[in-house]
This record gives sequence, structure tokens and C-alpha cells, in this order.
Amino acid sequence: MIRVEHIHKSFGGVHAINDTSLEIATGSITGLVGANGAGKTTLFNVIAGHYAPDSGRVLLEGEDITGLPPHALFHKGILRTFQIAHEFSTLTVLDNLMVVPKHSGEGIFNAILQPPMVRAREREIKERAEDVLDFLQISHVADELAGNLSGGQKKLLELGRTMMAEPKIVFLDEVGAGVNRTLLRTIGDAILRLNQERGYTFCMIEHDMEFIARLCETVIVMAEGSFLAQGTAEEIQRNEAVIESYLGRGGKRKRH
Amino acid sequence: MMDILNALIILGNYIIIPALTYGSQLALGALGVTLIYGILRFSNFAHTELMAFGTTITIFLTWALQNAGVSIAPLPTALIALPFGILATVTLVLATDHLTFRHYRKVKAKPLTFMIVSIGLMFFIGGLVRLIIGSKDQIFSDGARFIFSARAFKKFTGFDEGLALKTSQGITIIITIIAVTALFAFLNRTRIGTAMRAYSDNENLALLSGINPERVVMITWMLTAVLATLAGVLYGLDKSFKPFIYMQLLLPIFASAIVGGLGSPLGAIAGGYLIAFSEVAITFAYKKFFGYLLPDALAPESLWQILNTEYKFAVSFVILVIVLLIRPQGIFKGKSI
Repeated sequence: MIRVEHIHKSFGGVHAINDTSLEIATGSITGLVGANGAGKTTLFNVIAGHYAPDSGRVLLEGEDITGLPPHALFHKGILRTFQIAHEFSTLTVLDNLMVVPKHSGEGIFNAILQPPMVRAREREIKERAEDVLDFLQISHVADELAGNLSGGQKKLLELGRTMMAEPKIVFLDEVGAGVNRTLLRTIGDAILRLNQERGYTFCMIEHDMEFIARLCETVIVMAEGSFLAQGTAEEIQRNEAVIESYLGRGGKRKRH
Repeated sequence: MMDILNALIILGNYIIIPALTYGSQLALGALGVTLIYGILRFSNFAHTELMAFGTTITIFLTWALQNAGVSIAPLPTALIALPFGILATVTLVLATDHLTFRHYRKVKAKPLTFMIVSIGLMFFIGGLVRLIIGSKDQIFSDGARFIFSARAFKKFTGFDEGLALKTSQGITIIITIIAVTALFAFLNRTRIGTAMRAYSDNENLALLSGINPERVVMITWMLTAVLATLAGVLYGLDKSFKPFIYMQLLLPIFASAIVGGLGSPLGAIAGGYLIAFSEVAITFAYKKFFGYLLPDALAPESLWQILNTEYKFAVSFVILVIVLLIRPQGIFKGKSI
């Protein structure tokens, strides 16, 4: 379980997050919604270690992880993806996945001498990477440079990188943005399977209510930097305060 | 026909072989600069002083070995001392990184700060080198001077012109081929090499993917120290060792790295040879060459030299300016390895 307690974060005079507290249950898929500027991405950045909060705490299973740098959080099983997919553009797709797991071949002597133990681990990681590519149905681009992929494929690759890390909890920042319907379905399927088969916890920022209703048991709504409401997708869509601040009348997604 | 071949032999002897040698030395130097730029993201002005330091240690060990009567003639004794020179340089860079750059990484200083720190280190290591070995010219090559000499070539082939290959030139080219192959195998085939490329490509994402930045930095420094020592010792064997000359090498080495595209190892190699060939070809006197090619009536009377050898460093500078104006990212697109 991740618990966020009384987080404040401001940039200059702007309160991006104002006394927000919330909980994400282990094994759940939680949606985080809210109008643009509601502080969703800032909250992600605070949890994932990009910014230290001005005040407040982030707890992972009761352990205080506030302000730890991203690579330390990585080793605790916390990963995030970005609204605009990030990739190692000059590495192949397969290498993009293979750099993620911890590997004894990183020592200089192991790298030069390549003892059998290291080579066995290398093979094992390669097999896992190939499994991940199969799972995401992008095996055909394994040897392509990641920079040459389409936007949607980059999103899948990003999901693949989180799979290689075998995380506890993954923060997805608008995984569906700029992705066509078919691909969105593939991504949604992958998230559901990862949640059910491997027990990953997901927390996702999304605007597409249909996508959220399909995946998320719990939806948290933020408005103007603080927590507004929490419930199932249905409850949220009926909530007066949420309709007022975010969804608009008729329960349809508000156009920005 | 004979005349054309003689003209080509002149080109080979005075341009191609010397430029290949000098280009290899520049390429090894530029590779170190480009690795540091690609991974640590700053221009390391102390690089040629690292070359001088590695060479200094190697020279002392060579002298000690020569006094002890150790020899691997016809190869130069310095080749035995070389690994220890490398070891000393690796120790030096890891120590200086620990004492200086590490602090600035911690406080996330700007690249400019790192560059200024490297200038400080340049003066420090330069001073250290002069303190140890002095500022005078040192010759430390021994063993056979030629693999084949101009006279032997003439006698063997019957041409009027001779083609010579010095031992130091042969060694430079062979060691460069081995070092570059090994470097590319390391970067492309090992896990840590892939991690280095990933770190260079996208630092933030590398951190998010759990790559340990300190380890990547440490290994980059070690590779740089190896390359710098190789470049320095090979240059010293081929010409001679003089601290001031090594300091001056900073310009052609930076020019090579920038022309090729800072951060691109392939670019550093291409840049090294491009700069070397331009320097040698532009400062060469073509009188004899055209004497063979042109009919006697047109035979040149002047030297036909585009630029006096004194100005050879200007060549790298001019190429640098031209490249920065036309294609600022370099021949190969730079910025990441």
C-alpha cells in the first residue's frame, strides 16, 4: 500500500499540490483523474522521487520513502512511465528491455571475462525480454532502434520496461494519450493481465472515462491541487462535486 | 607509368603512412574526450595532460627496464612498461574524480562548472608531469627503427622513390585497431557497455531503470585513462615526449572529437583521421610529386606547399570552424554514444 500524507508542493507562488492525502491499495488498479492543472502529474513526480515535497510524507508499506531519488525507488519496486513515452532511442528495442534488470555482468571484470555464470544470466534476461515483447505483441521490432518506433509502440515498450523490473507498483501517466483505439485496447489488456497474473499494483492518470471504467476498481479525483473524491467509476460519475469540477453535466468527458 | 607509381609512392611515404599514424593517435585521444562528453557531459580539458601523465610513468618504467637490461627487441621496451603506465593513469583519474568531479555531480552542477574544474585539473596534472620529468624533450623508443626502410624498399622494388614504415608507425596502427575493436566490443556486447550507452542516451530514464550512475562514471573514466595513455605513449614513441607539445595536442584532439560529433565514438575516429590527413596533406610540399606527373616543361619550380609546417595547428582550427558553421553536430550526429 502506498500512502500519501498531507503533501504540499508549490512552484513559485503556485500551489500545485495543497494538502493532499490518499491511499493506493496493494493489488489494485487505481485511476487518478482531474482537470488539467489539478496536480496529478506533480503528485506522480513527488511520489516517484523527481521532486521532494515541501511538506508531507510518502509511505510504502509503512516505510517512509519521501524524497528518495528515482533509482533508489526503482530498487524498492516503484516505477513510473511518462505522458510522452521515454526510450533509449539509440538502443535496440531488445536492449531497451535488457538494461533494466540487475545484472552481474555490470562489473568490469565480469564484462571483460564473461564467465559462464554471467553468460547464463544474460541468456535468462534475454529470454525474459523476448517473453515481454511477445506479451506486448511487438516482437517483430526487437532489433529496431527504439527511436524509430511509432508513438504507440513506444508506449508499449515503456510498459515492457516496467515489466522487466518486476515492480510492486507502477505509475502510468496518461498511457492512453495519443494512442488509437485498437492499441489502447492492447495496452488495457496488458495492464489487466499484469495486474491479475503478476499482481502488479497500478496507479494511472487518465482522461478517458471509458478506459478507466474498464480497468479501475477505484478512482480518485483531484481538483485544484487537493483530493476531491474517491469511489468506483460509477460512483464518481454520479458525484455532484466531481461533475461540477471535472466531468461536466451529462457525465461525459469534459473537452479541454 | 613508372613516373605515376613513383608519384604514388611519394604520397604513400610522406602523406598516407604518417597521416594514418598521426590520425590513429588523434583518434585514440579523441575517443577519450568523446566518451567523457557522452557520459559525463562536459569537455575534459585535462585530457592531453592525462596522456602526458601516462606517458611520463611509462617512460620512467621504460628507463628502469632498460637499465635492468630487459629488452623485447625488435619491439620497443616501452610496450612492457605500457600496462603499468595505464594502471597509474587509471588510479590518477579515479582519485581526481573522487576528489573533484564527484562532489559536483552530487550538487548537480552545470556542465560549465565541470569544464572549469577540468581546466584546473589540466594545470594540476600538467604541473605534476613537469615536476616528475621536467619540461625537456625525452626520447624513449628503442628496438628496431624500421619495419622496412626506404633504402630496402628501393633495393627490393627498383623504384627511384622509397617507402618506409617505422616500427612506431606499425605499432601505432596495430594497437589502434586492437584498442578500437575492443572498445566497440565492450560498448556493444557487454551489459555495462549497454548501460553506458543507455546512460548517455537518456540519463533520467537510465536512473529510472535502476542503472547505477556512479558505476557507469567510474568505468567511463577507466576507459578514458586507458585510451589517453595509449595515445600518449604511441605519440611519444613515434615522435618524442615533450610536455609542451602534448599540451598543444589539445586543439587537434578536440577538433577531431567535435568534427566527428562530440559523444560519437565512430565520429571521433573519423574526425581523427580527417584532421590528420588534412594537416599532413596541406603542409606537404608537392614539388617532387608533380615533378613526376607533369611534363618536364611544366615541372614546378617552387615548393608547391599550401601551408608551412609551422602553421599545421591552424589547419585543425580552420576545419573546426568550417564544421561548426556548416554542420555543428559533427559528421556523425553527436551527443550520445
